[in-house]
Amino acid sequence: MLESFQIIISLLDSTIRIATPLIFCAMAGIFSERSGIIDIGLEGKMLLSAFVAATATFVTGSPIFGLFAAILASCSASLIHGFACITNKGDQVISGLAINILASGLTITLGIALFSRGGQTPPLASEQRFMPIDFPFLDQLSFVPVFGELFVEVISGHNILVYLSVLAVFFTYYIIFKTRFGLRLRAVGEKPEAVDTAGISVIKMRYQSILIAGMLCGLAGAYLSIAHGAGFGREMSAGKGYIALAAMIFGKWNPIPTLFACLLFGFLEALGVRLEGVELIWIGEVPVQVMQALPYVLTVVLLAGFIGKARAPGAIGVPYSKEG
Amino acid sequence: MSDSNIIPKWLSVGVIPLMNLFLAFCVSGLFIFFIGENPFRAIFVMIKGAFYYPGAIGYTLYYTTNFIFTGLAVALAFHARLFNIGGEGQAYVGGLGVGLVCLIFDQHVVGFLVTILAILGSVIFGAIWGIIPGYLQAKRGSHIVITTIMFNFIAAALMVYLLVNVIIEPGQMSPETRDFASDVGLVQIHILAKYLGLEMAMSPLNLSFIVALTVSVGFWFLVWRTKFGYEVRSLGHSETAAIYAGIKVSSTIIIVMAISGGLAGLVAINELLGVHNKLLLGFTAGYGFTGIAVALMGRNHPVGIFLASLLFGALYQGGTELDFEFSSITREMVLLIQGLIILFSGALAYMLNPLVERIYLKYYGNYNNA
Repeated sequence: MLESFQIIISLLDSTIRIATPLIFCAMAGIFSERSGIIDIGLEGKMLLSAFVAATATFVTGSPIFGLFAAILASCSASLIHGFACITNKGDQVISGLAINILASGLTITLGIALFSRGGQTPPLASEQRFMPIDFPFLDQLSFVPVFGELFVEVISGHNILVYLSVLAVFFTYYIIFKTRFGLRLRAVGEKPEAVDTAGISVIKMRYQSILIAGMLCGLAGAYLSIAHGAGFGREMSAGKGYIALAAMIFGKWNPIPTLFACLLFGFLEALGVRLEGVELIWIGEVPVQVMQALPYVLTVVLLAGFIGKARAPGAIGVPYSKEG
Repeated sequence: MSDSNIIPKWLSVGVIPLMNLFLAFCVSGLFIFFIGENPFRAIFVMIKGAFYYPGAIGYTLYYTTNFIFTGLAVALAFHARLFNIGGEGQAYVGGLGVGLVCLIFDQHVVGFLVTILAILGSVIFGAIWGIIPGYLQAKRGSHIVITTIMFNFIAAALMVYLLVNVIIEPGQMSPETRDFASDVGLVQIHILAKYLGLEMAMSPLNLSFIVALTVSVGFWFLVWRTKFGYEVRSLGHSETAAIYAGIKVSSTIIIVMAISGGLAGLVAINELLGVHNKLLLGFTAGYGFTGIAVALMGRNHPVGIFLASLLFGALYQGGTELDFEFSSITREMVLLIQGLIILFSGALAYMLNPLVERIYLKYYGNYNNA
């Protein structure tokens, strides 16, 4: 009993660690797609900002500086995306794909040119990273059964970006559903003509949305390389941007359900790692690949309308031109 | 997205794509410059690596073969205005088709027949991996871009599982199957040349290249000379019009995705039947994604796709030469160039249109028509 409780605690703990970059990226996706811009490029922006974060931190020694550099890099990628598919009305999927491939090539090429370590950045010392924060009253609380352990192991002891990701969800919810900006943002994604008629610039709204998305992806990248990890490794985003995309669809473009989708996908991955080589009663050994594929399978099933219906914003993927 | 109707075709199909390509290369050159190397020397090294050394052309054409298959796969879907990002997964699963056919039959059936069956296997398995997203798009309204992305990952997980747990050669550490029987496979061109009394440098170029060229011709015929091709293109121009014309939209979508997946699956014959002679992990190496760049550059036409494939083949082969000649730039540079080409030839394809239109009208314009 005690042992299985320990297992659950450690599973939840790794779920949160795995879910954090997914949450940032999925919120980024919500901002972008709610305004009508498909964002396949989450993966690339995260990868690029992870590299920039690690590099800037290594050079300056300050993770704060690294974080801002990451956000800046990710926002520049967003601007390229915007220039291609808002200003030039290019295809949003192609543009996002270009950003992903570009980020992949750029980070390896620059990494090799700068550090000659086969694409890795030099390892960062712990004072150069965002380290786990211990909450106050830990010692007193650890004696409380169940809750105490939960608090000490799962809630406390993460780095600042983990807590920031939870804030990001509420921030996204608040901005999109409770502010005038958010109302306009959603309108731009559903019926841009209506917004245009009201005298609001569709172009400006969409640029603002993808810049917010850029910032959030920057946070995700920084989390990977200067908070959770201690340096950049090639292809370190490893498809997380696509899982975030899946989580966003799974959460039907709504922040709170998307948060739970991210946690679910994070949990599946944590569980997959945990179950590797373990024989389960009745089932036998569950291959780790099943757990890896499950987020994608679930998303496909959801999209196909077998569990509820996921409806994308109305004007998604369509460049806006005034002439109609 | 459509071509401008102000400027003549030779400008919009010929000059503007070349200008976009040129821009992509200029930006790539800038990156090389910032890294501290000479971009012109890099280009020189790559051209030499792709064409000059013995066997270099063979290698270039071997890569070209892969890109023709994946480029055609993406292009066919584009003609129906479907974006098939799943070429990577379809090629991978196509490999499973090849592998299964060979492992099951190669001890019992004559090699020639097994090879034919394996080619069919690659097409059918690739097609299945295309049909499912096609069906989901046509009948259930799931967005094909998202489903094909998801299917790439599902394919990757599936193949790792099968290769690690099921069809791995017993007693073997690395996840790959046993070698196929020696009489199975597509013969390499340099061996063929030896039979004919010609001397050719060794390269992995094999009969798949001929298959690719044949398929390209078939592609042209299918898209521009058959009723089905007409239906595909109508669907691509306007779904509403296609419905009014009595075209069965959903079955067309499903068939297009089947053929598209089958084309991508053919990558497996070049890689597995032509070179590796076994099924191994990650043999697709991103060729499916490069197919997108190839289709965009080649404007979805077999001739354009051949030229674009040749360019990418040269980039891939020439890129390996970068590793030997430079300390600070490597073959991953090619990935960067590829990204820039997708950006400029794809996403920014029409950026230059207004500029070219203005210049054209200034010198040749007939303002009464404009």
